[in-house]
Amino acid sequence: MTKVTKEELLSVADRAMLALTDEEANLFTEDLATFIGYADKLNELDLENVVPMTHALQQINVMREDVERNVLDRDEMLKSVKEHENGEIKVPTILS
Amino acid sequence: MTLLNKTTAELQSLLHNKELTIKELTEETFARVANTDEAVQAFISTNETEALKRAEELDNEPVENRGPLFGLPVGIKDNIVTKGITTTAASRMLEDFMPVYDATVVEKLNDAGMVSIGKLNLDEFAMGSTTETSAFKTTRNPWNLDHVPGGSSGGSAAAVAAGEVPFALGTDTGGSIRQPAAFCGVVGMKPTYGRVSRYGLIALASSLDQIGPITRTVEENALLLQAIAGHDEKDSSSSPKEVPNYKAHLTGDIKGMKIGVPKEYMGEGVGEDAKNAVLEALKVLESLGAEWEEISLPHSAYALPAYYFISSAEASSNLSRYDGVHYGYRSEDAKNLDEIYRKSRAEAFGTDVKRRILLGTYTLSAGHYDDYYKKAQKARMLVAGDFANAFSKYDVIISAASPTTAYKIDGEPEDIVTKYMADILTTPINLAGVPAISVPCGFSNGLPLGLQIIGNHFDEATIYKVAHAYEQATDFHTRTPAIREGK
Repeated sequence: MTKVTKEELLSVADRAMLALTDEEANLFTEDLATFIGYADKLNELDLENVVPMTHALQQINVMREDVERNVLDRDEMLKSVKEHENGEIKVPTILS
Repeated sequence: MTLLNKTTAELQSLLHNKELTIKELTEETFARVANTDEAVQAFISTNETEALKRAEELDNEPVENRGPLFGLPVGIKDNIVTKGITTTAASRMLEDFMPVYDATVVEKLNDAGMVSIGKLNLDEFAMGSTTETSAFKTTRNPWNLDHVPGGSSGGSAAAVAAGEVPFALGTDTGGSIRQPAAFCGVVGMKPTYGRVSRYGLIALASSLDQIGPITRTVEENALLLQAIAGHDEKDSSSSPKEVPNYKAHLTGDIKGMKIGVPKEYMGEGVGEDAKNAVLEALKVLESLGAEWEEISLPHSAYALPAYYFISSAEASSNLSRYDGVHYGYRSEDAKNLDEIYRKSRAEAFGTDVKRRILLGTYTLSAGHYDDYYKKAQKARMLVAGDFANAFSKYDVIISAASPTTAYKIDGEPEDIVTKYMADILTTPINLAGVPAISVPCGFSNGLPLGLQIIGNHFDEATIYKVAHAYEQATDFHTRTPAIREGK
């Protein structure tokens, strides 16, 4: 099985902005190693000259006219926001 | 016999002749939900007051203005946004999320005159195949309440199988419509990627997700897809291709049609009961004049690893928007912005969601991208090429929709690889973006089995033609779980 350390997993969690308990970190370290092991299967393929497929349908330059139109109502949208003031989303102080 | 056991045509006839009002039908639907859902647990929320008000309004519409689905009840998977109705994606993260707009498919259901009854349970953010990872409840299989309904559209499939609603919408990223449809003995279609607008769908893996119908019969399925399909300028990935009249293809005539049966889909890992049900189904199709032969989709074994790299990468990217700041859950313990992000996500996401985020973040990291994500996208090209080759010779491809019947609740294999292998029959279809349906094709120990019929891009009409012919020649779709009959 591919080796993954707990430190590596915690570094991934840090990038994913996800706090983990110690128990979770251990569980996910194991899972990540299993997951990476899948790549061994893909290594059996000769992919040298294969173009990556990013999408099921190849649609190019889907554009629409740049027309001003009614968008969603700000007051309505702010109903889903935890804290807001004067039409802006409120978050804790970043700089002290 | 309840009203909801009647066919769509019978219901429309009652409505047209004024022997039944839409309000009465809606009231009966809520009575069914009240009687049945305590056991089945398919709904996350219902919207009785609004639905009855809408039903009364629809009753005023002249009969000549009504289409085939007018006035009929529908349930919506709770990862499809509904204006003014909570949309949770079965996650604590969105427990109180009240969308300010309707998904395009919901607008289309409204345009068709359907009455939305409520929101249906799923695996959290559609990640799972049992509906057990929902943050709110575990949906039960109507055929045996000790078993799961499958997932992630488990609520949708169970609600239809239990007779709570005749129509439901699900979503399918790697089998999430077809596998629960198979487990619950109903009809579930994953349309071609791009056939149905994804605007307003809470994304799991954007290049794989597709919304589709779950119903009791193939004809009802065709009618519901007809209502929701088509180009949408709000979704740049939706196709401008014309939508055919699906019902016109339900002729029953499949003489001379060519069916491919991939040997890779009939091998080890597919249970004997499922395999035998497929072979029996092929005999039925042969008796109707179709021909079949064994084919090979040589890259099938690479589809599953490719699927997991791609879907996890896209999921981690999509789920990065849930940061506790704009909307959704916010940790009360967080003292600064950094803690808002980390603690909100830690407290509101379930284990499976965290796992996918971590796997996806790893896959997309600098230094790993080429080894995993890019390699998976190349393998995806080969998997799609297999289908393109096959469809140059065959009209449809057939397999089981799931290698087994529904698992027991808490009975899923714990080993992560074994669990993922259950997706082997469905994930290649999403990678290639082709359409596929599951129709009931047998039973094993009282639990349903599903037959998967796969078609070429945008050829849902041929799938429906074959599925309907098969359905009319068999009686599996007429069998109902005891709970549906109120027993």
